[in-house]
Amino acid sequence: MNRVALTSKKFLLPGLMIIALILLVTSPSYISAYKVMLLTSILMYIVVSVSWAIFSGPTGYISLASAAFFGVGIYTAAILGRILPLTYVIIIGGLVSVVLALIVGVITLRLKGMYFAIFTFGLVELLKHFLLWWEINITGTRGRFVISVHSETVFYVMIIIFVAVLLTAYLIKHSKYGLALQSIGEYEEAAEHIGINVTMVKIATFAISSFFIGSAGAIIATRWTYVDPYIAFNPIFSFMPVLMSIFGGLGQLFGPVLGAAFFAYLEESLITKFPYHYMLIFGIILVVAILYLPDGLIGLAKKWKKGSLSSGLVELLQKRQKGRKEV
Amino acid sequence: MRILEAESVTKYFGGMAAVSDVGFHVDKGEILGVIGPNGAGKTTLFNLISGALPLSSGEIRFKGRKTSGLKAHQICRLGLARTFQLVKVFGNLSVLQNVMLGSLFGKQVVTSQADAMREAMESLEFVGLAKEINAPAKDLTLGNQKRLEVARALATKPEVLMLDELMAGLNPTEISEAIADMKRLKDQGITIIMIEHVMKVIMSVCDRIIVLHHGKKIADGTPQEVTTSSKVIEVYLGDSEIECSTAG
Ligand SMILES: Nc1ncnc2c1ncn2[C@@H]1O[C@H](COP(=O)(O)OP(=O)(O)O)[C@@H](O)[C@H]1O
Ligand SMILES: [Mg+2]
Repeated sequence: MNRVALTSKKFLLPGLMIIALILLVTSPSYISAYKVMLLTSILMYIVVSVSWAIFSGPTGYISLASAAFFGVGIYTAAILGRILPLTYVIIIGGLVSVVLALIVGVITLRLKGMYFAIFTFGLVELLKHFLLWWEINITGTRGRFVISVHSETVFYVMIIIFVAVLLTAYLIKHSKYGLALQSIGEYEEAAEHIGINVTMVKIATFAISSFFIGSAGAIIATRWTYVDPYIAFNPIFSFMPVLMSIFGGLGQLFGPVLGAAFFAYLEESLITKFPYHYMLIFGIILVVAILYLPDGLIGLAKKWKKGSLSSGLVELLQKRQKGRKEV
Repeated sequence: MRILEAESVTKYFGGMAAVSDVGFHVDKGEILGVIGPNGAGKTTLFNLISGALPLSSGEIRFKGRKTSGLKAHQICRLGLARTFQLVKVFGNLSVLQNVMLGSLFGKQVVTSQADAMREAMESLEFVGLAKEINAPAKDLTLGNQKRLEVARALATKPEVLMLDELMAGLNPTEISEAIADMKRLKDQGITIIMIEHVMKVIMSVCDRIIVLHHGKKIADGTPQEVTTSSKVIEVYLGDSEIECSTAG
């Protein structure tokens, strides 16, 4: 590759991203209100997926706590929305998630694999039932009304969170901590023995990534007007980021972005056309993706670009056959 | 100067003492060999020194400072690095990244990415892996993965380097190269503790040897002294005999 190609490549991606961002920011002036809402949903899923992937992508610790952070953000908006300006509500929603993540991190990050996933999912249920108990026995209410905000405001706030989470993910990935997280995913014991404070790196990353999920919950809550613990702590928000990120491809920053955008759009179109079967269709797409696209959409795009999609598939099939023989 | 001291070090797994009341020291610049039959507790002793496992009782001191009780990453930053009997390289990271991590995190001074890269290259050149820097670590041969582990440990700028069966699985050429590497490390003032089964290596590089058997230290001395010790000979002739003789 010569230097011209290299530099033009270096500016191509940031350039495209800035153009995309400008298009996004100006879109409310030329697309319908419905489309703006759809874009907001897509951005929300991207935020949650990218946040999830910041920690779980490199380390391989599958967190199912996303719905807990999301719900905490939603309830923050429900409780504080009336008494504080929106900006504070969103920041506090994020910070409460961070505190929760720190607590969870200290308790659970010594758990490995399946145990970590199950515990983090238990947290979602625990918070949901705690709030239900609280509302029935202490406040005597059921759910809460959330003060609503103009949908364009919601859209712009979501864009800000979206840009912030992408920047954060990029900076972490390209710092020495990004490398450390990967090494933890590969061999935690070896990582400790070359001087990485594994516990600290894990907890700090987990907490930072949870901030964006909490603040996304806080802003999206304003669109829902009424929330109760079942709505706020819906387990789908724990599973979606996992599915979306794996589908998009975990190796690259843009994997979860693509996966989330694809699924969010798909959900929206399927839910109107096949309200009862859309989860089934989701499931099928995911199974196919895991079987045939081990590196997700991003992996596929890369092979395509190399012009070796067919040989890539052949290689994949050979690998699978070999794997079978070995078994 | 005693750079590392162990005093009555004991480790229980359940009811079994894998390491039992072991005491020894290493002088600065020395190469100490640790030998003993399989299951003798050698790797466990390394795990205790490096902070992978907590001690049941006893104390370990590095340069006079108590290290038992510290975490593995703290012990590494103090200047004690190790390799693993079963290699633990970061398979999907490149060779260079593997070693850079040691440089970035394994020292007390903060190191920039650029300096880390330079230091990593030095370590990789030392072990002869400078040509493979971009390969994912998992694509290396076993011999090269072991070299990579040494380079990664060296990048943390250790004063004491602990090698757990480095030679196991290497071919004779690789063994000769590794012996030469160790002598060069010694010349640089690095203290080495090595668990080793290959007798040729032990005899040619170790200044002193300790022998573990069933978790206990049964001998400590120069290679000459240890290999002529009747107790050691008995152990290597077979466990059954020593069992009978102690029982009877
Ligand atoms: N983490 C562990 N948990 C339980 N037992 C262990 C553990 N590590 C080692 N052991 C036991 O301790 C004894 C000593 O093992 P090890 O130190 O690996 O021996 P060596 O390295 O000398 O071959 C063995 O009986 C082994 O099964
Ligand atoms: Mg061993």
